[in-house]
Amino acid sequence: MNNKTPLIHITRRMDIGRPRAYTYRAIAILLAFIVCGIVTMVLTGENPFDVYKAMFTGALGSSRKIWALLQNLAILLCVGLALAPAFRMRFWNLGGDGQVLAGCIAAAACMMFLSDALPHALLIVVTLIASVLSGALWGFIPAFFKARWGTNETLFTLMMNYVAAQLASFFITSWSKDGSAKIGIINQNTQIGWFPEIGNKYMMFIIVAVILTVLMFIYMRYTKHGYEISVVGESERTAKYIGIKVRKVIIRTMLISGAICGLTGFFMVTAKDHTLTTTMVGGRGFTAVIVAWLAKFNPFTMILTAFLIVFLSQGCNQITTALELDSAFGDIITGIILFFIIGSEFFINYKIHFRKSSKKEVA
Amino acid sequence: MFNIVTIIQRAVVQGIPLLFGSTGEIMTEKSGNLNLGTAGTMYVGAICGVIGGFFYENSAGAAFNPILGTVIPLLSAILGSLIMGLIYSFLTITLRANQNVTGLALTTFGVGIGNFFGGSLIKIVGADVPTIVLSKTSACFKAGFGFAGDLGWFGEIFLSYSWLAYLAIVIAVLCGFILRRTRVGLHLRAVGESPATADAAGISVTKYKYIATCAGSVIAGLGGLYYIMDYASGVWSADAFGDRGWLAIALVIFTLWRPTTSIWASILFGGLYILHIFIPTGSNLAVKELYKMLPYVITIIVLVISSLRNKRENQPPASLGLPYFREDR
Amino acid sequence: METKVPALSMRHITKRFGSKVVANKDVSLDIYSGEILALLGENGSGKTTLMNMLSGIYYPDEGQIYLNGKPVDISSPKEAFDLGIGMIHQHFKLVDVLTAAENIVLGIENEGRLNIRKSIARIREICDRYGFEIDPDKKIYDMSVSEKQTVEIVKVLYRGANFLILDEPTAVLTPQESEKLFAVMRNMKKDGKSIIIITHKMQEVLSVSDRVAILRSGEYICDRVTAEADTQELTDLMVGHSVSLNINRPEPVRPRDRILVKDLTVRDIEGIVKLDHVSFNARSGEILGIAGIAGSGQKELLEAIAGLQPIEEGTIEYVEDDGSRESLIGKDPTEIADMGVALSFVPEDRLGMGLVGNMNLADNMMLRSYRQGHSIFTNKKAPAELAEHVVDELEVNTPGIGTEVRKLSGGNVQKILVGREISSAPTVLLTAYAVRGLDINSSYTIYDLINKQKEKGVAVIYVGEDLDVLVELCDRILVLCAGRVSGIIDGRNAVKKRIGAMMTQTESTLAADSAPAAENTQEKGGSDE
Repeated sequence: MNNKTPLIHITRRMDIGRPRAYTYRAIAILLAFIVCGIVTMVLTGENPFDVYKAMFTGALGSSRKIWALLQNLAILLCVGLALAPAFRMRFWNLGGDGQVLAGCIAAAACMMFLSDALPHALLIVVTLIASVLSGALWGFIPAFFKARWGTNETLFTLMMNYVAAQLASFFITSWSKDGSAKIGIINQNTQIGWFPEIGNKYMMFIIVAVILTVLMFIYMRYTKHGYEISVVGESERTAKYIGIKVRKVIIRTMLISGAICGLTGFFMVTAKDHTLTTTMVGGRGFTAVIVAWLAKFNPFTMILTAFLIVFLSQGCNQITTALELDSAFGDIITGIILFFIIGSEFFINYKIHFRKSSKKEVA
Repeated sequence: MFNIVTIIQRAVVQGIPLLFGSTGEIMTEKSGNLNLGTAGTMYVGAICGVIGGFFYENSAGAAFNPILGTVIPLLSAILGSLIMGLIYSFLTITLRANQNVTGLALTTFGVGIGNFFGGSLIKIVGADVPTIVLSKTSACFKAGFGFAGDLGWFGEIFLSYSWLAYLAIVIAVLCGFILRRTRVGLHLRAVGESPATADAAGISVTKYKYIATCAGSVIAGLGGLYYIMDYASGVWSADAFGDRGWLAIALVIFTLWRPTTSIWASILFGGLYILHIFIPTGSNLAVKELYKMLPYVITIIVLVISSLRNKRENQPPASLGLPYFREDR
Repeated sequence: METKVPALSMRHITKRFGSKVVANKDVSLDIYSGEILALLGENGSGKTTLMNMLSGIYYPDEGQIYLNGKPVDISSPKEAFDLGIGMIHQHFKLVDVLTAAENIVLGIENEGRLNIRKSIARIREICDRYGFEIDPDKKIYDMSVSEKQTVEIVKVLYRGANFLILDEPTAVLTPQESEKLFAVMRNMKKDGKSIIIITHKMQEVLSVSDRVAILRSGEYICDRVTAEADTQELTDLMVGHSVSLNINRPEPVRPRDRILVKDLTVRDIEGIVKLDHVSFNARSGEILGIAGIAGSGQKELLEAIAGLQPIEEGTIEYVEDDGSRESLIGKDPTEIADMGVALSFVPEDRLGMGLVGNMNLADNMMLRSYRQGHSIFTNKKAPAELAEHVVDELEVNTPGIGTEVRKLSGGNVQKILVGREISSAPTVLLTAYAVRGLDINSSYTIYDLINKQKEKGVAVIYVGEDLDVLVELCDRILVLCAGRVSGIIDGRNAVKKRIGAMMTQTESTLAADSAPAAENTQEKGGSDE
């Protein structure tokens, strides 16, 4: 007789309290750290506790490290904040890298070619505008096609990253004076076009990130635009039903998304790196997707998720440098932690019932 | 004046990793899973092949057996990419996680694995060599038709490649056949189009999604193996595989989800990828960088065109990117 | 029936969704071979859920299913197929881009290699045997609804099903197509197959079934041999009390034209005519009912007025109090609102269109009003107050206004939606299936709300499916048939029988041969009026 009863039965959870959801996520992160410890131990032969300690000192061990971590956190957060409204609208903007880089290219170009023509203050303003516009343009192109013809934005924005990278490569080669395919520090001696330092060289980005976080929170939660973005993201039919012009919202939101990326690029060039390379964004556009998604697009929660990722990569760097291993180790650890957090969402959204065999009394 | 035969040859060599990657991704997408982790999976396939080859080559020494030298890296690559497929499948199918986010995390993880072991393998195992150079293993994978050179241009264009390249084509043809002509393919297409329908028809959606995704990952992983063993001659360098994984995903749209179309499309893209080498630009090196943009720009154009025409057969599998939960009402 | 063993038997089946909703409660049901069993019940009475447990879509929380007296477990559709049970769902489970034949053989594992030619031969054989007409090589997306349904049935027969479950099969069919279906069903019965037809249409029960089982609010009520049953008794059993609804119908006060629709023609994306030269007037202080079988153009009609549907031909005009007219053609909902036309619309798809399921009550209230004012910020206070007000006024059962709407029950969701739509003091109120899936109490709350709007002088257009309600609630009833107006009749003198006939025949053919038409829609031997 056929006697199998489904032992596991899964149902969608209607509501899980906030504390419980966070408990689940915390458990996931804890488990992930344990697994990471084991992986590290296997690969490096180190005692896991030493590994954690090394990570901690690597990330937060000195004031310079803390400042560097905060700056990296700020950059990642800025990109994440840029992407958040697009994702809230269910527009898969994987083009953060390209949009930031577009801003970087514009900034570098202004610094290189307008430094003689404009006074310093005006140059910075012009550079800012150019960067923001370039980023916005890079966001606008895929948005336009998505809005007009429903063109798949995931791959479109992804490809735009490479177009931007090649464009950067083209300009770098064109502008390099010695044909070395490197630009070097722009205006190193005159520091024309450099964004003035506040406090120390890390501070600027942190201030920008704090302001952006607050502004983005207000924008998404309290403005009419933010409300429209939520409605379009949840249901295009509802949006049309209440007369929201969906195409307009898509394009507008991606202009904002791209503009903030461009702004990030502006600060990366004028306040941090003072140069242009094809890899300067360093995949932050992708990491930021995960930062924003894990935080459910809440700007303040994104501080936490961005911190987690920056902490991991900087902490792992310490380990790998100390042990003379490849720095990509941090990516492995980040990957493992992400798997656990992504997986934990299941236990928040679904409920598992273990069924006791109801067959017994019958058989 | 450049040589057309050389261009074709090099386009094919560039195209084969793309062919593996796109064939794998097509199989995956046909089950409704958009695996953005393919880029990472290809890295893992490559590095696992390297690890397998490295261990064997170093331990065998003079007693190197070409058969073992082929099988060990091959199995390693298959196992590595299979695990990647399983991670993705478990998260997206069983745990119904968001496919895009999972894929991105998988890529971070896979590229990390590749670069980490590529950069640290010697240190970890404490081997007594300066860099990873798997010339013997690479030779096993470079084996092809020895007589190709005797057949003039015909041999150069069609017969001058290694056996993995022909395997890529065989796999693509086979996948095309499976999708179009077999029951398994019919069921797989149904799962990707409408999992609820497939489920109602008694097809195990979970099983098909798992198998297609894992098989797809393994095929993609072979692309990484081909790249490192044949194209790169067994020499690992960090990030050298580059963005080929993403290009493979983009190719899927270009091919309209047909593995057989992917054979020539991959070679075309392989050609675009290296076109800049053959275009005389004089002293202006910068222009070459613009030519390198071509594959991406063309992918974008294809994306736009495919969104403009509404023919039903040419659309992505209808459930692509969506998790399936039977009791969702 | 005699004392033979039931071929398929469900015993004490209970199925819950979440912690609150009990879809089926302790239901026991028998099916014998060679019979057509009608499963009768109102919308939301749990018929489909019950059958989904036979077809393996759902798994019962409690209870046991027996096949020929032996307990069986059906935890997947495949296992259902293996036991010879096949279900034809209301929403067809077909893959659009595949051909009919490919869909039919989908999921079959035991036939060896795929040989589509051989399969087609078998499909033809089945079609000949029972009298179906299909083209096996046609793609599903090219097919009409009736053709798709045929594919579904053949699919089930192809895998040798002995039990066929049809979920409201005639809801989407023309009368001719329905008759054809019934003929096929009788052929299958002769072949020894058991057929369960889920329906809430009395006429079908009586014309095709041998036995009828009645469900009400998820519970099994009783069964009757069809030949011994009469409409009144079945209706009473199904509804639970006499169908005299006693809906209040105040006299319209000084009705005057509010919306003028003339020669309205609408095509859908595929170019199929959904509305064909529809003309009518909607008047203030009056409820205009729209009747018609599902998909006759009701949705397109309301959406055209609300500015959501591109229009091919015709005019829609709004008449101001001073008699001046303004065209609504080519305007989207915002533009219509900007013209000063207070138009409210309660769409059929409450959570997919009217409300956002993942937003809370207050934010859903804001959908209509968020644009007000020149500030770039939304005003959160007014919607919150409105939400509180609606919750109080309409007795919405919710933990608070911060609760996400998708977590509420169907009736409460509808109260929120209607509450919001009437809060803007509309002059025109469009409602589509306003009481679908609602319990009796909630339904009456909605009728009251609509009547209050009418008394305030609002022009109400009420699209309904329950003719009893239409006849008791509406001042005038417009009957649609395949996108055309078959007639507009006075609600107070309306006769259900006539509306039923008009729903399947246009005015011209009605006049030409009214007798056969009436017979077609009315059950033989039934006494509806």
